[in-house]
Amino acid sequence: MSTGEHLDNHHDSDHPTAKQYVLVGIILTVITILEVGVYYVEALRSLFAAIFLGAGAIKFAFVAFYYMHLKMDHYLFSAFFFGGLVLATSIAIALMAILGAF
Amino acid sequence: MQDIEVEHQESTDHANTLGVDMRKFLMWVFLGSDCLFFGAFIATYLLYRNSSIVGPYPHEILDIPVTSASTFILLTSSLAMVLSLAAFQRGNTSAARFWLFATAFLGSTFLGFQVFEFYHFAHEGLTPKTNLFGATFFTLTGFHGAHVALGVIWLFSLLGVSYTRGIPPEKSMNVELAGLYWHFVDIVWVVIFTVIYLLSSLPPSS
Amino acid sequence: MATHSTAIKGVTERATYTGLMGWITTVDHKRIGILYGCTAMFFFLVGGLEATVVRMQLYSPGMDLVSPGMYNSLFTMHALTMIFLAIMPLGAAFFNFIIPLQIGARDVAFPRLNAFSYWVFLFGALILNGGWLFNTLPNVGWFAYAPLTATEYSGAGTDFFICGLQVLGVSSLAAACNFIVTILNMRAPGMTLMRMPVFTWMTLIISLLLVFAFPVLTVGLIELMFMRFYEMPFFNSNQGGDPILWQHLFWIFGHPEVYILILPAMGIISDIIPTFARKPLFGYGFVVGSGVAIAFLSFAVWAHHMFTTGLSALAVSVFSGATMLIAIPTGVKVLNWMATLWGGSLDLRTPMLWSIGFIATFVVGGLSGVMHASPPVDTQQQDTYFIVAHIHYVLFGGSIMGIFAGIYYWFPKVTGRMMNETLGKWHFWLSFIGMNVTFGPMHIVGILGMPRRIYTYPSGMGWDFLNQIETIGVFIIIAGMLFFLQNAFRSWKNGEIAGDDPWDGRTLEWTIPSPPPEYNFATIPVVHSREPLWDSKHPELGDHLPSVTGASDDVDTESIHMPNASYWPAITAIGVGLGAALLMVNPILSISGVIISIVGVYAWSFEPAAPEGH
Repeated sequence: MSTGEHLDNHHDSDHPTAKQYVLVGIILTVITILEVGVYYVEALRSLFAAIFLGAGAIKFAFVAFYYMHLKMDHYLFSAFFFGGLVLATSIAIALMAILGAF
Repeated sequence: MQDIEVEHQESTDHANTLGVDMRKFLMWVFLGSDCLFFGAFIATYLLYRNSSIVGPYPHEILDIPVTSASTFILLTSSLAMVLSLAAFQRGNTSAARFWLFATAFLGSTFLGFQVFEFYHFAHEGLTPKTNLFGATFFTLTGFHGAHVALGVIWLFSLLGVSYTRGIPPEKSMNVELAGLYWHFVDIVWVVIFTVIYLLSSLPPSS
Repeated sequence: MATHSTAIKGVTERATYTGLMGWITTVDHKRIGILYGCTAMFFFLVGGLEATVVRMQLYSPGMDLVSPGMYNSLFTMHALTMIFLAIMPLGAAFFNFIIPLQIGARDVAFPRLNAFSYWVFLFGALILNGGWLFNTLPNVGWFAYAPLTATEYSGAGTDFFICGLQVLGVSSLAAACNFIVTILNMRAPGMTLMRMPVFTWMTLIISLLLVFAFPVLTVGLIELMFMRFYEMPFFNSNQGGDPILWQHLFWIFGHPEVYILILPAMGIISDIIPTFARKPLFGYGFVVGSGVAIAFLSFAVWAHHMFTTGLSALAVSVFSGATMLIAIPTGVKVLNWMATLWGGSLDLRTPMLWSIGFIATFVVGGLSGVMHASPPVDTQQQDTYFIVAHIHYVLFGGSIMGIFAGIYYWFPKVTGRMMNETLGKWHFWLSFIGMNVTFGPMHIVGILGMPRRIYTYPSGMGWDFLNQIETIGVFIIIAGMLFFLQNAFRSWKNGEIAGDDPWDGRTLEWTIPSPPPEYNFATIPVVHSREPLWDSKHPELGDHLPSVTGASDDVDTESIHMPNASYWPAITAIGVGLGAALLMVNPILSISGVIISIVGVYAWSFEPAAPEGH
C-alpha cells in the first residue's frame, strides 16, 4: 500500500483519475509478468513462498485501495473488509497449524 | 459528544448517521462475509494439498502460462470497470458503455478459459471425484467461476439499463456497486492464482 | 429539523395491500417481527413436543415408546428446531420489532431485504422439517459429525439437514447485513454508539458474528453435500480425507453460534433490569465492552468442543486458555446486572422475574461451561448428560428465560395491551421450577456416567430415579407454557390497554404509541443522553438538556415517506427454497428455483421502493 502513496498526492478528489487507474493497471500487469518470470528461475525456488505471497499482497492492496476506493472511502468499509480478511486468514493458519498441514 | 449531532438533515425520513450510502455499506458488509466463504474453501484446499492418495497431482496438471493469461484478462477487466464507472460519473455515456461492455466481455473470456481448463483437466483424468485435489480445486474455482458468472450477468444487465432507462451521473452508484463486487471477484482470483497456482504447482523439490 | 411540507403529494400512489396479501407483501419491520415471532413460537412448541417424547422414552429403563431410529430423529430435530427455528428467529423477532424503535428510525435500512429474510427463513424451516413427509428425518445429531453423515450410514434425512440449513443461512446472512447497516447508519441524531441501548448493541454484535461465522458453516455444508451427492472425497478417510475437518468447520461456526443464541437474552435483560430497578445500568461501558470481547474471543475457542479428538498439547492449552478467558467478560456482565439490582427500588413485575431467573440459572450454566475449559474434566464429561445439563441451563435457563422476559416486557408495545400479571407469574414459577427439576438432575446422571443420545438404558445403573424426576419436570414446564399460551391469546385482544409507556421506560421505544403507527416516529427524535425518555421525565436529575425532542403533535403524518409493499421478496424467497429443495431430487430441476429467484431479483430491482415524486 505504501508503495502507491505517491499516486494520490496531487489530488484531493473522491476518486482517482482515469490516468491513475491506468497506471495501477500497468503496475498490476507488470507484477503478474514478473511473477511468471520468477516462477521459471530455479535458483529462487526457496524464496518462492515469500515472493509470491508478497506480490499477491501488493496486487490485492492496489485493487482494494484504488479500484475499490478503500483509500478514500469511509474507514468502516475497510474495517469490515479487512476484518473478514484477517479473520479468514487467521482461521486458515490456525487450522493448518492444528492439523499439521504446513 | 454534543458537537457531532446532525441537526441539518435534508429530510425527516431517516437519519444517515455515518453519511455513507446504505447500499455501498451493505455491499462492503457482504464482501467482508464473502472473505470467510472463500477463506474456508482456500483453507480446505491448503489442508488437503498433500493428502491426495492418487494422481493427478497439482504439479502434473496446472498450467501456469495459460492461467497467467486468464489472470491478466481478469485484472484488465477490473481496469475497464473503473474506467466505466469514472465515465458514468462524468456523464460520458458512450465511453462508459464501451468500458462496461469491455468488462463484461473480458469476464466472459475469463469464464471461457475456465471452461477450457475444466474440460482439459477432465480429459487428463482429474474430476472432482478423483482425489482430494480434484474435489477442493473444482469446488473453489467453481464457486469463484459462479461469482464471475453472476457478475457478468449483472454487468450486462447494467448495460441494458443504460440503453433503456439511462444511468445518469447521480445514479452511478448502481455501477459502483457492481464494480465493488467485480473487483472483489478479481481480488479473490489474485489469492487463488498465488496460493493454488503459483505455490502448489511446483513438482516436489528434489 | 426540516419538515416534510415541501413534499409533492400524490404523484404516485403508494402500493399497499390488505388481509393475507397485506402480510405476504409487508415490508414493515413491525409486521415482519410479528411474523418471525409467531412462526418461531410455533416451532418452539414443536421442538418442545419432540423433547417431551424423548423424555417420556427415558422415563424408565427399557421403555419402548419410540423405536431407536425414531429416537435419534427426535433428539436431532429437537436440537435443530430449538436452535435454528425457535431461539434464533425469536431473537430476530425482537431485532425486527424493537431495533428501529430503539434507534429512532422509521424502518430498517432495506425493508424488502428484511421481508426476504423472513420468507427465506420460513422456507428453510419447512425444508428442515420436510423429512416428516417422507419419514426420513435428520438423525445424525445437530452437529452431524462425519463420517456418520456419509451416504453409507445415513439416509435422506441428512439431505434435509443440509439443504434446510443452507437456506436458513441465506436468511440469517441477509438479516445480519441489514441490521448492521441499520444500526450503524440509521440512528437518530445524537444517538452516538455509546448512547445506544444495550439490546441494540447486542444485536449489532450478533449480526457481526452471523456475518463472519455463518459462511464457514455454509462451506462445510457445501462440502458435505458434494460428498453425499457427487461422491467427492471431502471427509472420506478412504481417499485421504479427514472427518475431523468437518468438526473444525462446524465448530468455527458453532461456537459463535452459541453466543448468537445467548446475546439477545443478555441484551434484553440489560434493558429490563434498569427499568424495574429504577436506576441506570451499572457499568454500561463494561456491559457493552464485554459483549465486544465475547464476540472476538468466540472465534478463538471452537476446539474446546474437540478436546477428545486428539489435538496437540499446544492446541489444547491454547483453546483451554481462551475458553477460560471468555468466561471473564461473561462474569463481568453478571456482576453488572447484580450491581444494577443492588440498592435499586425493585418492582418485581413479570419481565423482572424472568430477568432475575435468567441471572440465577444462566450462572449455573456458565459455571458448568467453565468446567469444560479444563481438558481433563471435559474429557471425563464428553458426551454424558452433564453436557446436556450445561447446554440446557444456558439455552433454556439463559436464552429462553431472556426471551420470555422480552416477550412480557415488549408485548404491550407490540399489541397495545398488557399481559396478565397473575398468569405471567404462574408461567414464570412453573418454568423456573420445571427447568431446574428437568435439567438439574442431568448433572448428576451425567457424572454417574449416563451417555447422551442413547434411546434407553438398563436398570441398576443408579439412573432410574433421576430420569423419572427429569421427565416429571418436563410436564411442569408444559403446565407453565399452557399458562403462557392462554395469557398471550387472551391479552392480545382483551388485555388491559397499555398506553405509550406502561413500565415507566427509559428508551425511545416507549416515547411512541402502543402499538406504534406504521411510520413509528412522527418526527425523528434528537437524542441527548443514553436514557433519553427517563432523562426527559426527570429533568431535575439531568444536565438540563431536553433529552428527547421533536415529539410534536402537529406533524402531517400523511406526507411521511414510507416504502411500497412488495410481493417480490416472497417470490424470490420461493425461488431460493424451491431451488434448495429440488437439489435433493435432481440438480437440473433446481434450475427452476434459480430462474424464479432471478426473475424476482430483476422485478425487485426495477420496481420503485417507495412512491415516486417525493
